[in-house]
Formats: sequence, C-alpha cells, structure tokens
Amino acid sequence: MKPAPFEYLRPASVDEACEALASDPDARVLAGGQTLVPMLAMRLSRPSILVDITRLADLQGITETAEGIEIAAATRQAVALKSDLIARQVPLLAAALPNVGHPPTRARGTVGGSIAHGDPSAEIALAATILNARIVYIEDGEEVEFEPEDFFIGPTVTMAPMGGLMTRVIFPKKPAGRVGAGFHEIASRRSDYAFASAGAQVVLDDDGACVQALLGIGSVGDVPVAVDVSDLAGTRLTDDDLKGAIEAALADLDCVDDLHATATYRARAAKRLAFQALATARENAA
Amino acid sequence: MKTDLTVNGRTYGIDVEPRTTLLDALRDGCGLKGTHAGCEHGVCGACTVIVDGEAVRSCLMLAVQSDGLDITTIEGVAPERGELDVIQDSFCETHGMQCGYCTPGMVLAAKALLGVNREPTDEEIRDAISGNICRCTGYGQIVEAIRLAAKRLRESNALAMEAGE
Repeated sequence: MKPAPFEYLRPASVDEACEALASDPDARVLAGGQTLVPMLAMRLSRPSILVDITRLADLQGITETAEGIEIAAATRQAVALKSDLIARQVPLLAAALPNVGHPPTRARGTVGGSIAHGDPSAEIALAATILNARIVYIEDGEEVEFEPEDFFIGPTVTMAPMGGLMTRVIFPKKPAGRVGAGFHEIASRRSDYAFASAGAQVVLDDDGACVQALLGIGSVGDVPVAVDVSDLAGTRLTDDDLKGAIEAALADLDCVDDLHATATYRARAAKRLAFQALATARENAA
Repeated sequence: MKTDLTVNGRTYGIDVEPRTTLLDALRDGCGLKGTHAGCEHGVCGACTVIVDGEAVRSCLMLAVQSDGLDITTIEGVAPERGELDVIQDSFCETHGMQCGYCTPGMVLAAKALLGVNREPTDEEIRDAISGNICRCTGYGQIVEAIRLAAKRLRESNALAMEAGE
C-alpha cells in the first residue's frame, strides 16, 4: 500500500458531500482519481478524508440550456468525447478531448476534475480558457462562478474555494456563422503531458472572411493562456495572415524551462502549434 | 471497510483499508495474481482491467470505489479453464509477447476495444493501447495480434452470439 491512510466517504447527495468537505480542511474531493490517486501513491497528497462524488447523479451529464452547454463536474471524459452535443456545440472542446490522456484514463477521469486540478498542460482547461467557459462551485450553500482567467493562478494552484465543490462547467455555445476548431499538441509520447499545446476557433462569414478568431496556448507556462488574435477579423486567414497574427500575439509568451524542454523550444513549438491549430480551424470552417 | 468486489462473475466480500487500490485488492484480497503491478501510479498500464465494459487502470482506483462494479481480469477472459481466449491465442500466434509482463494489460485493453469496435484500424488499435507500455516485444507484433484477433472474431460467430444477433 503506497498512500498514507485516509478515510473514505461516498455521500448520497451533493449537500452531504459539501458538508463533509466544509467540515474538515484536509478533506479532498475524489472524482476520477486519475491524478489524485498517483499523488496519493507518491504521498504528494495526504488528505484526511476522500469524498467520492463519482456516483452522485446530480454531478453527471451534459445538457443544453439557454446559457450554454453545461457539463456536470463528475462527467467522465470518455462520455464527453462521445457526446454529440459537445461535437455540435463546442467543437473546440471536441477537438481537445482526444488528446486528454488515453482510453483507460478517460474512462475514469472527469471533466471537472481536470479543471479543478489546474495542470497547465490540461487540454480541457485550455479549451475552457480560450472559450471563456464558466466554472461553477458551491461554497457555503451558495453558487460561485469563476472565469478561467481568474481561476487558474499557477501550476495546480487555483482559486477554488476551500471546502467548496465544483458542480458544473458552462461552455458557451458556438456562435452563428461557419465555425471551425483545431487543437494540436506535442508530447514525448501519446497521452503524456504536452510540452506545448494550442487550440483555436475561427468564425467565417458566408463570404469566407474571418469574423472572429480565438487562440490559446497551454503547457508552456504556469497556466493556460488565451492570446489576442483579434486582428485576424476581416482577413481571409491566409497563411501569411496567420503567421503575422501569431508573431504579434506570442511575442511576450511566458515559457518555462524544465527537464523535458527549454523555454526557447517551448516558445518555438507554441508558434508552430498555434499555426497548425488556426489552419485546422480554418479548414474545418470552410 | 467491507467491500464487495464482483470479479469475473464471482463476488468476493473483502475487508480493506480505504487506501487499498483495486490492484492490491485483486492480487491480495481475491488472490488473482494475473493482474500485474508495474509502476503502481498510472503510467505503465500493466494493471489494466475492465470495469463496467471499459479498460481502466486498477492502480488508479481504490478498492472501495469499485464496490458493486462489474470487473473483468485476465483470469476471466478465457472461456474455460485451460483454454485461451481468441485475443490470447492471437498474441501467442503473432509472438505478441516476450516477457509477458505487459500482456494481461494489453489483452484487456484489446478486449475493451474489440467489445465496441469489430473492425478497428491500426490507428484505433494504437490508440487503444497507447496507455500500455511494453519494454521488450515491440508494439508491431502486439498491434498485429489485436488485428488478427479482430479478424478472427469477425469471421467466427462468437461475437455475433455475444451481441445477441
């Protein structure tokens, strides 16, 4: 047995889960466990009690509402990957999901858990940042919402309220017009943590001109970042248009050095992946 | 904590600490040593089992989380004692193993794939085993084994019968 001892609770309701989390500062949420359980095994995390939310029906499912596409926090990544609703309405998330882990981790890992963990290389967190999804927690019986830009503050450090529980993530529905998305990343092997990743979404009018372009970069710094490529609006998104916008948008990108890749490499890879993501988005919108 | 593990159709009532992984519970609690312990923190895939129809890593699930779920291990793959499943047989035929350490995980990852996809492309096969590390055979023969198993399952009526057709 590798983890330190802890207690285990499988609450029958969201209220019971919130109560358990609020009553002990060392209580932790157990969702898919695909990151938490390795951290327990390495004793990087030593909770007093794990509150298992995976069987709470209220935290499962993907629904379309007036506000957007709501993904309940404990929805499995494998379920999100198979969702027609996400494929139709949140094409960027649909493009990101095949890059998340591999089939056995997606079968257990959850959409909310990936966001709550706040890993800078998490694909779902990058898609949420680019699309400005809303992250909803329950804290002291009240709902609190976060925008990704405020929520992610450092590697695996987030603004998640102490004792709170994430209930859902609300992605905006895709805008009117011809919408295309692209997502590319580079890692040492499939399913491993990416050295750099890029996601993009473009909207074209009937004439093929760009109405809106969104771009974000993950894995290179402390948090996933959305970068400004609004200058692409009004262009035809030629290769030169893309390259120019990327050069300007990524000029000040914060990149980190680590054992796996240098900051210089990451900055160069980010530019190339950004181009691929925008080019794929352009092809998919055509 | 008292936990009922339903493994290969049989229920094992075991008493485990919450920190016991499903992997340790299968090996030590149920005495099923076919599920291999590799890295024990979710990197290698040697401990892959099937839970409710999907391949998962048993080292990344707690035994207490698995209470009441339908678990299949390598011991539950073959139709009868002393026989081999079509997938296991294909691994033998194509030399899809050398030391055999990754093999139970590979076979179960393949079984989960072939349960939902009768005609996987090589790309889909590679994706299905992308979480499983092999350090001696090389992946070529493993992909070949799964391709052969898929072909045999398509050509036999076993899969059709399982699907109730």
